[in-house]
Amino acid sequence: MKIASPNTVAEAVELLASEGDARVFAGATDLIPQMRSGRPEPSVLIDLKRIDRLISVDVTGTTWTIGAAVPTSGLTSNDAFASAFPGLAEASGLIGSDQIQNRSSWGGNLCNASPAADSVPSLIVNEARAVIASPRGERTVAVNDVVTGPGQTSLAADEFVVEFLLDRPSPSTADAYLRMTPRTEMDIAVVGAAVRLTLDGDTCSAASVALSAVAPTAIQVDEASAALVGSSLDEAALQALAAACSAASRPIDDRRGTADYRRQVAGVLARRATQIAAKRAGGSDL
Amino acid sequence: MTRTHITFTLNGDETEMLPECGTSLLDALRDEAGLTGVKEGCGTGDCGSCSVLVDGALNCSCLMFVEEVDGREVTTIEGLADGSTLHPLQTAFLEGAALQCGICTPGVLIAAKALLDRNSSPTESEIRFGLAGNLCRCTGYDKIVRSVQEAAVRINAGTPTNEMDS
Repeated sequence: MKIASPNTVAEAVELLASEGDARVFAGATDLIPQMRSGRPEPSVLIDLKRIDRLISVDVTGTTWTIGAAVPTSGLTSNDAFASAFPGLAEASGLIGSDQIQNRSSWGGNLCNASPAADSVPSLIVNEARAVIASPRGERTVAVNDVVTGPGQTSLAADEFVVEFLLDRPSPSTADAYLRMTPRTEMDIAVVGAAVRLTLDGDTCSAASVALSAVAPTAIQVDEASAALVGSSLDEAALQALAAACSAASRPIDDRRGTADYRRQVAGVLARRATQIAAKRAGGSDL
Repeated sequence: MTRTHITFTLNGDETEMLPECGTSLLDALRDEAGLTGVKEGCGTGDCGSCSVLVDGALNCSCLMFVEEVDGREVTTIEGLADGSTLHPLQTAFLEGAALQCGICTPGVLIAAKALLDRNSSPTESEIRFGLAGNLCRCTGYDKIVRSVQEAAVRINAGTPTNEMDS
């Protein structure tokens, strides 16, 4: 095995294409335990953290460009980022301990493709796009189109995520993320719920809802957003949202939670996240 | 077998290594540099007993390839004291008996240092979250938390630290 540390995206693209089983990594917090548990060792491991684009955070106009290997601690400690995307910042800060936070990245969290990845539902509701590089050039896809199943992505073997693009929301738009874990810290979500909504006075004029850990991938729940749009986020709308989330969930039973429990908690968390997002968007107390 | 020549600063000293590719920072520190204060508990980033600072940031050395620290600055428990003068955290842990078997202690001290470096007066809750990546199977954490609080008070008051017993 060989470890390569390219300094440019072009070099990384070439290295990844040069060996059939080459792999890129950012924090390696999933990769190293997977290698230790007996998965085949790649012949070349490509460390992306020496490439400026992969570890940069830039704002141009209203667009944020965030490198795929930026450690999540660098996002949660960025006040401008955390105030523009409070839910996404909170979700990113929930990935593991302080030790892991200094290594974990959106690129890794997304491409490891765990159904319980904390940053993914918040990236989806914020309409994040992933810029993907390969020998054929770069393409941009919605984050929602990257993960296809547990451990599976739509990326070809010679592609990797370079950076993420996000549009700063209007002042009357805000997001929130909540997750349920059996323990307070150092645990994997049993259910995660991200909500982003826009208020026009007391009326919700746009909404997006995504759930994690209740299906093979994070899921966007259009019926749940539809329940909010046009409402004043009254009790009936919140009940409809919760019911839509529970109905859209297709969870498994495992030792951390039963399917029934996850279905119910999905609705409860989405409802609470909606109330937090509404407050952040300038709404009155609900 | 592929080897890569790397140079980094280890506890203040310029260090060269020629590790086998894919060696973890943990194994390189223990087996090449002989710094056995860095412990392997789980090897998967859950227990924190292998914690070190890389360019001041808290990391699990089991979850890093040693090649990644080329050109960086690494601090282990062996670099925490200033010569024979213990770090206030070490003194507080000794006085507060914040350890039993001691396996987790180097990692806890490094994590506590990283915490105090960015938050000089953490609340109890901030300490518990800041040390959540460090598991102790003996003490129940109370003495650890109290000793970190005590060290923070002493550091903020500028209290001179005790000399290490010779």
